[in-house]
Amino acid sequence: MTATHAALPAAGGATLPAAGGAPRPPRPLLSRRGRGTTTWARRWEPRFYLVPAVVVLGGLLAYPLYQLVVVSLYDYRQANVSGSAPLRFIGLQNYARLLGDEAFWTVLGNTVVFAGACVVATLAVGGALALLATRLRPWSRTVLFLASLGAWATPAMTGSAVWLFLFDPTLGFVNQTLTAIGLDGFAGHSWTYDKWSAFALVGAEIVWCSFPFVMVTLYAGIIGVPTEIQEAARLDGASTWRIALSIVAPILRPVLAIVTIQSIIWDFKVFTQIYVMTGGGGIAGQNLVLNVYSYQQAFAASQYGLGSAVGVITTLLLMVVTLAYLRALRRQGEEL
Amino acid sequence: MSAPVVARRRPRVGADVVAVLVAGVVAFPLYWMLLSALKPTTELMSGDALPYTLHPTLDAFARVLSVENVGRYLLNSVLVAAVAVPGAMICAFFAAVALTRYRFRLRTTLLVTVLVAQMVPVEALTIPLFFLFRSFGAVVPELGLNHLGSLMLVHIAFSTPFAIWMLRGFVAAVPEEVEEAARLDGASGPRFVRSILFPLVAPGLVAVSIFGFISTWNDFLYPRTFIISAQENQTLPLAILNFFKPDQNDWGAIMAGSVIMTLPVLVFFVFVQRHLVSGLAGAVKG
Repeated sequence: MTATHAALPAAGGATLPAAGGAPRPPRPLLSRRGRGTTTWARRWEPRFYLVPAVVVLGGLLAYPLYQLVVVSLYDYRQANVSGSAPLRFIGLQNYARLLGDEAFWTVLGNTVVFAGACVVATLAVGGALALLATRLRPWSRTVLFLASLGAWATPAMTGSAVWLFLFDPTLGFVNQTLTAIGLDGFAGHSWTYDKWSAFALVGAEIVWCSFPFVMVTLYAGIIGVPTEIQEAARLDGASTWRIALSIVAPILRPVLAIVTIQSIIWDFKVFTQIYVMTGGGGIAGQNLVLNVYSYQQAFAASQYGLGSAVGVITTLLLMVVTLAYLRALRRQGEEL
Repeated sequence: MSAPVVARRRPRVGADVVAVLVAGVVAFPLYWMLLSALKPTTELMSGDALPYTLHPTLDAFARVLSVENVGRYLLNSVLVAAVAVPGAMICAFFAAVALTRYRFRLRTTLLVTVLVAQMVPVEALTIPLFFLFRSFGAVVPELGLNHLGSLMLVHIAFSTPFAIWMLRGFVAAVPEEVEEAARLDGASGPRFVRSILFPLVAPGLVAVSIFGFISTWNDFLYPRTFIISAQENQTLPLAILNFFKPDQNDWGAIMAGSVIMTLPVLVFFVFVQRHLVSGLAGAVKG
């Protein structure tokens, strides 16, 4: 839901398989007919069509990924960038330095705890509301979905801005309301001063804009459970609870796996919200997460090699999660 | 279709009330954004946060558009999206055609590559891409750092994998018989793709391009990294960040800028909403 990939958004919904179910490639027509003159063209056509995508993805995704690894093996600083000092290959020293640095472990710990809490909260809120949505009349379901769609669509930047404003120490709605009902301690209270209070505020914004994906997906999943099976079970005397547990839950498991892993991927690489809401990583860097840390190492401290090493570690950790995601997709019968 | 058992319970008024309350809470930040953008500054800076205003004004919008030059940043954001999204769609459309309507060696490998490419955390690529575009800039300044060209290019790359993945379904949905008929009528492969497949897939392209638009429009990290000194080439998210000033935030301006940035996404989201749900339902049915 962030940039992108926000994603969906990315943005929005980064990996929703296309409408119309799993596509199946049609049989190649001409190779079957074997028309001599056209087979050559037919063979080369797909390769030709692939050229733009391959050039763009190769140049701007694959090559930078390779470069990321290369830079992480060098002592690469401002002096090396401007060319006043020679580049020095230092092997895995950047990694050794990170792993021996307490600050890095704190950042890694922050990231895991923060992302984990966001995932759990997002799933809890999204799941509960999906269940709620199944018992609503159409009009109230529409109201709920429209509001959620609004939160889902809000860009990370503007969402962060409005949440910051709501929780502003003096002019924010929250503190003014709390003070008005007699909680004077909140007059001028800063929500971003304390480390975990700041994380909680950012987390609330993230849950706000990412629960709709979970809700809509799980709702579609629940609605998609075949009625016939449930009817049959009911005729056989199964209770509602039993049906929910033994029939609906197993059918929903792959969908649950997908929303969980998707949430982990999104929350693990949060950048905008932390950067904007905590002013670049909080007081004395207390709210740094891996992505922001990598960015600050590179572009604030000019330690490009070290920043790249953080980037490589982030990518590797996410790749592990991604593999799990692929397995879940596969199990769900997504056809390649 | 009758509702499944878990949903079979008769709807209760209580559930509706809870849903409306939740919807109110969820929509509240958006309401507050709009409200604060319309409040006069004096009201905004006064001690009490009233949930309404009796004197709505467009002052904050006028202020951000004239003084803060938000019109320019809005135009920049539009320009980046206007190039990046069609660019990504062209790459993705042809790739999706190749990957769904032809069988060739490496097809499956390429599909898996697309899926993996879609998962690459682009946030980790800022450092190498920064240097790559620094070099581009030495040759063609318009494609280098501080120029919109760099943002257009990275977003073509970032939007393409997901677009390929989504478009496969739309391309494969065009029946084989149509292709056969076209070929019998003497259409060549490229002719078929251009004159028949493309118009048929166009609605799908529109839907998929909205996802590309959203991720491009919302991106904050890359403009932040690439547009270092060229103030005039900033995009909207950066402009909003610049409204944040230590101690004295002009919240009216920040909220007005936020409304301007949020509205287009909101409108487009309503358009793709159907695809969000039906695409997922399709996935669930497997």
